[in-house]
Amino acid sequence: MSNISRDEVAHLAKLARLAVTEKELDVFAGQLDQILDAVAKVGEVAADDIPPTSHAVPLTNVFRADEIRPSLSQEQALSGAPAAEEGRFRVPRILGEEQ
Amino acid sequence: MTDLTRLTASELAAKIHKREITSVEATQAHLDRIAEVDGAVNAFLHVDTEGALAAARKVDGDLAEGREPVSPIAGVPLALKDVLTTKGVPTTCGSKTLENWLPPYDATVTRRLREAGVVILGKTNMDEFAMGSSTENSAYGPTRNPWDRERIPGGSGGGSSASLAAFEAPLAIGTDTGGSIRQPAAVTGTVGVKPTYGGVSRYGLVAFSSSLDQAGPCARSVLDAALLHEVIAGHDPMDSTSIDAPVPPVVTAARAGLKGDLTGVKVGVVAEFSGEGYQPGVQRSFEAAVAQLKDLGAEVVEVSCPNFTYALPAYYLIAPSECSSNLARFDAMRYGLRVADDGTHSAEEVMSLTREAGFGAEVKRRIMLGTYALSSGYYDAYYGSAQKVRTLITRDFTAAFEKVDVLVSPTTPTTAFKIGERVDDPLAMYLADLCTIPANLAGNAAMSVPSGLSDEDGLPVGLQIMAPALADDRLYRVGAAYEVARGPLLDRIPELKGVSA
Repeated sequence: MSNISRDEVAHLAKLARLAVTEKELDVFAGQLDQILDAVAKVGEVAADDIPPTSHAVPLTNVFRADEIRPSLSQEQALSGAPAAEEGRFRVPRILGEEQ
Repeated sequence: MTDLTRLTASELAAKIHKREITSVEATQAHLDRIAEVDGAVNAFLHVDTEGALAAARKVDGDLAEGREPVSPIAGVPLALKDVLTTKGVPTTCGSKTLENWLPPYDATVTRRLREAGVVILGKTNMDEFAMGSSTENSAYGPTRNPWDRERIPGGSGGGSSASLAAFEAPLAIGTDTGGSIRQPAAVTGTVGVKPTYGGVSRYGLVAFSSSLDQAGPCARSVLDAALLHEVIAGHDPMDSTSIDAPVPPVVTAARAGLKGDLTGVKVGVVAEFSGEGYQPGVQRSFEAAVAQLKDLGAEVVEVSCPNFTYALPAYYLIAPSECSSNLARFDAMRYGLRVADDGTHSAEEVMSLTREAGFGAEVKRRIMLGTYALSSGYYDAYYGSAQKVRTLITRDFTAAFEKVDVLVSPTTPTTAFKIGERVDDPLAMYLADLCTIPANLAGNAAMSVPSGLSDEDGLPVGLQIMAPALADDRLYRVGAAYEVARGPLLDRIPELKGVSA
C-alpha cells in the first residue's frame, strides 16, 4: 500500500505554495512514496519513553540590552525587492476578484 | 600555471608575510588558474576579480608599512561557498530564486575573513540551497571532479572541494548540514571539517536546516584547515545558537599531530559503518587507515553505535521539515525572483508560480516532504520519531566517548560516482551521507582527511574522524598525524591539460 496519494501530493504542493505541473505530480508522488517508506524506519526505535531532541546544543534564551543599533537603510532594505514604489515593497493584489 | 597555486595556505602566508612575494601576486596566480581551468571544472559561480585584488593590495600595503599581518593567513586567497552572504557580491545559493541578488550585508564568516585579511576570490557552486550530495542540483550546471571530470565532486559543497583539488584556491569555506563539507572533501582528496554546532556563526548563512547547518574550513592540509578554523570560529551575538566559549586550540593540536605520534590516544572504529553497501576499495582503504593509526601509537578498539543506522532516515525527516519552514521566506515579495506579476495574478498565485519557477526538483521534494512530516496526523509518526532518534544517536556518541577519544569510519560508502548516475533516484543519492549525518544530528565535531586512493578505481577515499562537542582540537591532532603518515595525495591528481576557458 502506498504511503501517499497523488491527490495528497497536490494538496502538499498547494500548502507549500508550489504551482507544480501535472507531470511533476506524477514523478513526485512516486518518489515521495519511496522516501516515506525509507524514513518510516525511525518508528522502529522511537519508543514512548525517549525524549525528543530538537537541538544539539541545550538552548537558553539570550538577552541583550534594548538599544538602537545600526541597521539597513530603507534604500538597502528595498535594494533586492522585485518591485518597490515610494519607498515601500510593491506587492500584487492580496484579494481575489470575488472576495 | 605558476608554482604559487601549488603551495599550501601556510606556505603562501609565510612567503607573503616575509615579503618574498606579494598577496597581489598570489591572488593573481589563482585568478589566472581559475581563468585557465574553471571552464572545465565549474567550481565558481562568480569570480570577484576587483574585490580580490583590492583586498590583496590592502594586505600588501599594510605589510609594506611595517605592520604585523592581521592574521596567520592574511593575504591568502580563498573560495567562499555561495550560501554565505557577501555585501554587494552575488549570493545565489545555486538557485534561480536568488539569481542576481546582491546581499546588503556580510555574513559573520565573510566579515571575519575580511578582517583577517583573507582574499575572497569568488563564490563557489553548490547544490541548490545546499540540498544534495553531488552539486548536480545547482541551477547553474554541475561542478566536475578534477580527478575525473565525468564524476561528481561531492555536494553540496562541490564547488569548494573542486576549487581546492583544481588548485584554483588553497582555502575554501563550506557548510555541512548532513555531510556537505566532509563528503566533497572525501571524494576530491581534500580536508574538510564540520566544527561543533555553534562553533562558527550562522549569521548570514542562508538557512536550510537551522538546527544542523554549520560552516567550516576546507583546505588541502590539516594545518591549513586549522588556521582557517581559528579565523572563522568564535562567539557571535548575532547568532543565538553561537557557543559562548573559547575556540578549541585547533592550530596547536594540528602542529602537535604533525609530529606523527598518537601514543595515548584511544580510537574507536564504528562497527555499524562497514559491510553491505560499502565499496570494497573504500573498505580496504579504511582498514589500512586503522592499521596506520595503530602504527602511530593509537590504541584502537571497535565500538558499537547501534542507532547510527537510523541517522539517515531521521535526517531525511528533520532536515526537510526545517527546510520547508526556512524556505517559506522565498515568497517573491521582498527580494529574489518574482514571476507572473502582470496584474492578473493575486499575491498568492505570484508566490506559487515564482516558487515553481525558482526552485529545482530536489528543493521542491524536500519542501513537500517536510510539509508532510510536520502536518497534523503525521507529526508524531515522522517528525516526532525522528527527534527521538536524535536523542538515541546523541546517547550512542556519549557512551562511545566514555571509552574512546575519537571515532573513525569511512567518510563515504563509495568513491565519487558518475555525473547523472543518481540524479533521478533520490534515495540512492541520500546514501552518500550515510556516515556523516550522525555528527550533524548530535552536533559534535567531525573531519574528513584524505586516505589514499581506492585500489579498484584510483579515486580518492576519505577517513572520517569524529570528536565530542567542543573537542574539535582532537580531530586536528589525529588528522594531522594521519596525514603525515599517509603522505600527500593531491600530487597524484591528473593535470587538467588542454582545458581553457
